[in-house]
Amino acid sequence: MAATVTNPGPKVNRIGLPVLEYRGGKTTLCAGCGHNAISERIIDAMFEMGVQPERVMKLSGIGCSSKSPAYFLSRSHSFNSVHGRMPSVATGALLANHTMMGIGISGDGDTASIGMGQFAHLMRRNLPLIYIIEDNGVYGLTKGQFSATADIGSKLKTGVVNDLPAIDTCSLAIQLGATFVGRSFSGDKKQLLTMLKAAIAHKGTVMLDVVSPCVTFNDHEGSTRSYKYMQDHEEPIGEVGFVPAFEEIDVEYDPGTTLDVTMHDGSSLRLKKLHEDYDPTDRAHAVKTLLEAHEKGEVLTGVFYIDTKKAAFTDLLNLVDDPLATLKQERTRPGRQVLEEIMGRLK
Amino acid sequence: MATTNAGAPSAPAPAGDPAAQGEATAGPATPPKPVINDFSIQVATVNGSGSQSANSVLLRSIFAMGVPVSGKNLFPSNIAGLPTWYTIRASRHGYVARKKDIDVLIAMNAETAREDILSLRPGAVAIYEESANLKQYRDDVVCYPVPFDKLTAAVCPEAKLRKLVKNMIYVGVAAQLLHMDMEAVEGALRKQFAKKQKAADLNWAAVEAGYNYAAQTLTKADPFLVERMHATEGKIIIDGNAACALGAMFAGVTVVTWYPITPSSSVVEQLIDFLKKYRVEPDGKASFAVVQAEDELAAIGMVLGAGWAGARSMTATSGPGISLMAEFAGLGYFAELPGVIFDIQRVGPSTGLPTRTAQADLLSVAFLSHGDTKHPVLLPANVTECFEFACAAFDLAEGLQTPVFVLSDLDLGMNNWMSDPFAYPEKPINRGKVLTAEDLAKLPDWGRYKDVDGDGIPYRTLPGTDHPKAAYFTRGSGHNEKALYSERPEDYQNLMERLARKFDTARTMVPAPLVVQTGKSKVGVIAYGTSDFAVGESRDQLKKEYGLEADYLRIRAYPFAREIREFVASHERVYVVEQNRDAQMLSLLKLDLPAGETTKLRSVRHFNGLPIDARSVTDEIVMQEGL
Repeated sequence: MAATVTNPGPKVNRIGLPVLEYRGGKTTLCAGCGHNAISERIIDAMFEMGVQPERVMKLSGIGCSSKSPAYFLSRSHSFNSVHGRMPSVATGALLANHTMMGIGISGDGDTASIGMGQFAHLMRRNLPLIYIIEDNGVYGLTKGQFSATADIGSKLKTGVVNDLPAIDTCSLAIQLGATFVGRSFSGDKKQLLTMLKAAIAHKGTVMLDVVSPCVTFNDHEGSTRSYKYMQDHEEPIGEVGFVPAFEEIDVEYDPGTTLDVTMHDGSSLRLKKLHEDYDPTDRAHAVKTLLEAHEKGEVLTGVFYIDTKKAAFTDLLNLVDDPLATLKQERTRPGRQVLEEIMGRLK
Repeated sequence: MATTNAGAPSAPAPAGDPAAQGEATAGPATPPKPVINDFSIQVATVNGSGSQSANSVLLRSIFAMGVPVSGKNLFPSNIAGLPTWYTIRASRHGYVARKKDIDVLIAMNAETAREDILSLRPGAVAIYEESANLKQYRDDVVCYPVPFDKLTAAVCPEAKLRKLVKNMIYVGVAAQLLHMDMEAVEGALRKQFAKKQKAADLNWAAVEAGYNYAAQTLTKADPFLVERMHATEGKIIIDGNAACALGAMFAGVTVVTWYPITPSSSVVEQLIDFLKKYRVEPDGKASFAVVQAEDELAAIGMVLGAGWAGARSMTATSGPGISLMAEFAGLGYFAELPGVIFDIQRVGPSTGLPTRTAQADLLSVAFLSHGDTKHPVLLPANVTECFEFACAAFDLAEGLQTPVFVLSDLDLGMNNWMSDPFAYPEKPINRGKVLTAEDLAKLPDWGRYKDVDGDGIPYRTLPGTDHPKAAYFTRGSGHNEKALYSERPEDYQNLMERLARKFDTARTMVPAPLVVQTGKSKVGVIAYGTSDFAVGESRDQLKKEYGLEADYLRIRAYPFAREIREFVASHERVYVVEQNRDAQMLSLLKLDLPAGETTKLRSVRHFNGLPIDARSVTDEIVMQEGL
């Protein structure tokens, strides 16, 4: 067969899909909103990892953040649920079909205020879900009230100063049992993309707090969630590198300065230490480091904690290999003799 | 509209009451005319004293003698220490509702003993600890003092077991006084302690000690007797919560979520036992997932997430949980998500009386959530219907793509009931309108919320369907037929009208009412759920005692089938019997009936936390009828 190469067409990924097939609808968020940048990175990560879009479920709560699943992966089923309750919906959906990949998009209000209870229990269960907080420190849809992740002393446009301490979702997630916890910044393309790709390779709860400035209500002088503030205060705890399982590992690394973590699917997460002695497998140390950095006014980013050994919730339940959702009647309705046996015992 | 209250002083028993005919007196001189297989026993004990086994043996002994029997546990919201009453009713007529009057009191709780004996009607029987000397309070009651502690000590050397074994003494005393067949009693006891030979022997010794004491010391002075019948052959005994659990398992439930709450916990606890036994595959893996959630909000969220992704999902709760589920119920209705919610009703408002029964969640469940929201509600009235409706609820939820509520109550759910064995569900599982990848390949286009068939029920796809067109966006905000976000007035109105059309379709899919109609009577009675037991007996009383033959319709689901409208139209007065203060079913009927018909409805209500009894219904209807 003579192979004549004509127009090669758009670049495709390892499953033959162009990046266009990972896009979503047109965003209705504000121009410059950090959330749009996060959607872009999710598209890139899914494309580069060669994830089949039909194998993904997108879930969200309520708020600006929770609208964003409409703006990526149109070929994936999506569920924009109720305020603060996405974790339970995601849990049900992933139990119904544990062969799917789940990505949950929440916000700081959706997680740290109304959704705190469900957030805590999601982390505790280690459900295999990528949980992203698009964290801007304010309620956007209701026009700029503080959220519970706003830093003490942070100022609203109206001059109102926040006098309550911020809830640190990362140290909470580590304490509660999430097995992949990190923070990034919507403006840090490379770091965020790398962390998302690693998140896709992880089996268990991934909790990513992504600082995502609100250009309309929280990007001014005095805000601790502005682009400017992040540029001045972002402090990566380490450089994040990722080599997916389907790629040859050809870059040498120095085990003295770099930790290489083998992920569930055989991928490699490479964490080059910038902070001396930081060990992302030590929970207590991770939490302590986060608290200390916060005291110093630093916004630490990077992968803070990883555990590839702890069983995911769906494994604990010892489910059959096939999705529960599509089991046939022969497997879900016990036979006639079972009912007769039970009735016999009740006589 | 007057209210009936079982706690109110009772009217003199009418002439037709066989118990009242027994000429029981407090002396052996005039042997009373026997009352056979028609009496109630109340055992008054302390919560946590282990009387449950003894009561169960007593109940099952009567059952084993072929006599229709029912048992009710009136217990406090407490682990141990507060008073508990267990009532057993034997009825040769097969009546299983609560009997308003107690015929035989077994007073084992010193703290309530005085109050217990004072509440008896003249001619009733009291068995009690000798030292309590209850006879001082009543000379019109047949008294049987028994030295329980002394008898217990003799058969049970181990002091710490005496509290439990003592209960079996009263089983023996009652067995002797009621002339029960000791073979039946021993059979019931051995079944109760099937796996514990030593406990069985010890308890049997206690039963015999009680029996022998009664035979040697007490002189029968009351009319109540148990005689062998053949009315329970082939029957089973089961509680409503177990029946719901079985129905769910045979419906093919795959995701179960819950948050413990009385009186619903035993639905899921028993379901877990069944699933572990019958739904673990040969390789040891489970074809089900059970999650104890952090609260009811999460429980219903998981149910709807699972239903959306294609599981047959359920949760079980009670009133306070229902309140918490309101927000998600609206999402389920509006985004069209299947799921089954069992509400085992208890007494509200708020925490209410957590261990007492009511039918007071009807309106809040039917319209649970804000906006124009309404839900199909199934109303089982007995354990067979618990099984059948539980099973049907899953087909309905997926068929209608909406949350379906099954409204049971504490009386049905936590008490033991006699029943014919349940029939295996013959209808194959119906997953409703789900498009596969193959279906999508044949369709030029599809819209998640399009009314293709005119019945208001759209087609859905499940996540994971391997077709680029399969996905859609589910949301609780406004959406059009293609599931795209929309605030357009016509899109919203179309959607709401289609949902109303779908609800109308549901009328023909839910269990139809049961009607008993002569075609001659001007008076009809409507009831639902556990009020049925009392209404059945009350209709017999009305006919026998007052010559009033009332027709009967039992509602088995909401939305209402058309037969209900016809039933009301064909009567002059219709009594709606229910166990709540606000006449909730009557109110719901008013919304559905033509204006001219609503004035025919009259209310009979019972809401003191105890199960409704026939006499209260009869008295109220008689009063309103002016008979």
